[in-house]
Amino acid sequence: MNQLEKLESQSIYILREAYREFKHLCMLWSIGKDSTVLLWLARKAFFGHVPFPLVHIDTSYKIPEMIAYRDRLAREWNLKMIVGSNRQAIEAKETFPDGRVDRIACCRSLKAEALKRTLSGEWPRLRYNQQIGQYEPDPYQEAYTGVIVGVRADEEGSRSKERYFSPRDQENEWDVGDQPPELWNQFKTDFAPGTHIRIHPLLDWTELNIWEYIQRENIPVTSLYFDRGDGKRYRSLGCYPCTKPVESTARNVADIIEELRSGKFANIAERSGREQDREDGGTLETLRRDGYM
Amino acid sequence: MKQEREQMSIVIVGHVDHGKSTVIGRLLADTGSLPKGKLEQVRQHCARNAKPFEYAFLLDALKDEQAQGITIDTARCFFKTVKRNYIIIDAPGHIEFLKNMITGAARAEAALLVIDAKEGIQENSRRHGFMLSLLGIDQVVVLVNKMDLVGYEQRVFEEVVREYRDFLSQIKVDPIAFVPISAREGHNLASCSKEMQWYEGPCVLELIDSLKKEKNLMEQPFRLPVQDIYKFTEANDDRRIVAGTVETGKVKVGDEVIFLPSSKRAVIQSIEGFNEPVKHEVGAGYATGVTLAPQIYIKPGEIMCRAEEPLPVVGNTFRAHLFWLGRHPMVAGKKYKLKLATERATVYLKQIERVLDAAELSVDTQKDRIERHDVADCILQTVKPIAYDLSRDIAATGRFVIIDHYEIAGGGIITGSIAETDYIKTHVSEREVAWEKSNISPEQRASRFGQRPKFIVITGTFDGLQANVAKGLEEKLFRNGHNVYYLAIANLLHGLFEAGLGRGEEEREEDIRRLGELARIFTDAGLIFITDIPRLDSYEIDILKALNQPNEILVIDLDEYVSSRDTAGESLEILLKQIETVLYQQDIVWDYSI
Repeated sequence: MNQLEKLESQSIYILREAYREFKHLCMLWSIGKDSTVLLWLARKAFFGHVPFPLVHIDTSYKIPEMIAYRDRLAREWNLKMIVGSNRQAIEAKETFPDGRVDRIACCRSLKAEALKRTLSGEWPRLRYNQQIGQYEPDPYQEAYTGVIVGVRADEEGSRSKERYFSPRDQENEWDVGDQPPELWNQFKTDFAPGTHIRIHPLLDWTELNIWEYIQRENIPVTSLYFDRGDGKRYRSLGCYPCTKPVESTARNVADIIEELRSGKFANIAERSGREQDREDGGTLETLRRDGYM
Repeated sequence: MKQEREQMSIVIVGHVDHGKSTVIGRLLADTGSLPKGKLEQVRQHCARNAKPFEYAFLLDALKDEQAQGITIDTARCFFKTVKRNYIIIDAPGHIEFLKNMITGAARAEAALLVIDAKEGIQENSRRHGFMLSLLGIDQVVVLVNKMDLVGYEQRVFEEVVREYRDFLSQIKVDPIAFVPISAREGHNLASCSKEMQWYEGPCVLELIDSLKKEKNLMEQPFRLPVQDIYKFTEANDDRRIVAGTVETGKVKVGDEVIFLPSSKRAVIQSIEGFNEPVKHEVGAGYATGVTLAPQIYIKPGEIMCRAEEPLPVVGNTFRAHLFWLGRHPMVAGKKYKLKLATERATVYLKQIERVLDAAELSVDTQKDRIERHDVADCILQTVKPIAYDLSRDIAATGRFVIIDHYEIAGGGIITGSIAETDYIKTHVSEREVAWEKSNISPEQRASRFGQRPKFIVITGTFDGLQANVAKGLEEKLFRNGHNVYYLAIANLLHGLFEAGLGRGEEEREEDIRRLGELARIFTDAGLIFITDIPRLDSYEIDILKALNQPNEILVIDLDEYVSSRDTAGESLEILLKQIETVLYQQDIVWDYSI
């Protein structure tokens, strides 16, 4: 087995463990390359099906291509697509940069808070109706007790401390100092009432592995990742006010792989285009304790 | 595409302050694995702040850097030699972080264990040695560090080697080598030392490159612990796929397989996958799925094996080598959950043979509990038989973790099987001795009610149908004048049984046990007692049969009567008629009532 096959096999094992153990399970899909690889791995694990809902938190500041791409795949792959958002904050313009708050506060309310309330079922969710091709209010309001997330250990400091199965308490708090042991293929799949578990099948993948796998499997990704003629591309996707494209002429997956292996990005952090990291002391730990992914 | 380089994970362990970080810093520096200019930068920083340069600072500097996103994390460092790439897992040396140390070490293929030559063997030098052996890491290199502080004296080195080897032999660990090093001065790490001419062995880097990749798992007997059975009918997919990861061996289309502990057999019809070419064979390491012919009913947790290969042990009692991390000690008589491969089972600590105290290096054979951070030899007993291998035969199906109050509280390896004690049989005979008999004999009741007491269990794999049949049967027999009573498990969950949150395997075992006991009471009262339990396996039927003694039981498996899920009124009526006929024909209920 090569490295990519090993990573794939381990991630599938983790996904199947999660599906077996958690009745109320969902997967977060940010539309980015990592969570799209995760979604693809779910199709691998479940033989072409995705047997749990995909949750997307829409901040209303996502690059429009991202939303179009999301709905196209939801249709083509027959996904159970759920969308949540912090409507109040968006309507009250408690946003950055056109509102009254800074970047961190904006992230906290549009992403962390929206996610927390969407997962718990406190706030209304929208569900994609495959028959009519539109979103409509989701009749189900149960809280998700297992949440699959596509974080990777190599992304930044706080994520490297994660476990594959990571418990969170009622307030979404993450106790970094006291995490459960994980040995062999045994994870924390038992949880006390009121707590939930975050599941991280991509923990051992690197940015390069992600692109190599996209190439091997021929997974469709949004064209925002590629240079479309202006010498710029996105390396990491987020909200447009806080995500800058990088200078790059990589036009396809093979170019990106070359760039990461030995080219200009071989030693530069992936999230260097994400402004909120800088303002959070470079660690994201504050945001993540609060439930940020 | 360029040839992929081999990758190996090595954990570095040892007592706190024995020099793990310095060893890692040195390895990174001496193999040229540091980012450009990093070494100089740290040296200058030290000079500016008037503190002596240490290689351990390098590691700290890298940790700072990674907070900004570069791919080196707190627990993992990367370096490469000409031969291959390495991931060094930096395990914490402090006792409070033992579970983190275990988490890190369980992912490694080999270990470097660092001992301070001056301070000698300390508590965690021993404890970590234990853990490595328990985690199944048999490639261990012991680094006797800080030789510069003891004047590079051979005598000191040999004293540490002798003492530590003595200890390791007690736990049957045989290290690959002992190397005298000075990580600070760089002796015997990347190159051999001039200061220690008396040491003739290889340096650390050579030893690391000589470590072997995992044993050849493909050559071992086939084991696929069943993770789940999928049927995505609602998405128009009729495949019934048995999913799991192949731990060892291989299997191909057409092979006869056996599932343990149920002993059910089938033939591999296809190997399934998504977005990949059709496969006819699949081997160790791959997460896969198969379809079977005939389609048999099996449960997650069973181990799929090849019929003609050596099979796992099926039993409920085994000897284990176990470590405990739980907040509360492990004690006999308390119910725990065992997870072994994909199996989950209720387990009890039967007996502690000895507890090894790493701090004191003592063996205690009198202890009645296993405390946090203890290592013990003990006997465990599951309520239900499970399939397992001895750890020395097949590691993946010979190790387990123990759950106490939602947490992984311990783990261990199976070192031996023990002949089963049939605890149900013992329990029933004790119960019957203690049973307070009434003045009315069973015969008197039978003649009054015009029926023999009977426990009727409706089972099958058609959800919902069982209950309808059970209730229909009750009604039919009632109308015929019988004293009959139908009881669903649901009726008990909010009263007689605890209404636990989950209704998983563990709760099922307990539900079945309790229903068996209830059946004994209801049939003693002379009733025909009917219940429905989906998907009963032969082991569970045996339990019900035993618990209902001395009265009779009849298990009706609806799968033998119906071929598709059709619960419409008319066919239900036909089904009930069939069952009724069976009951009367077999003289189960008498065909008259007075």
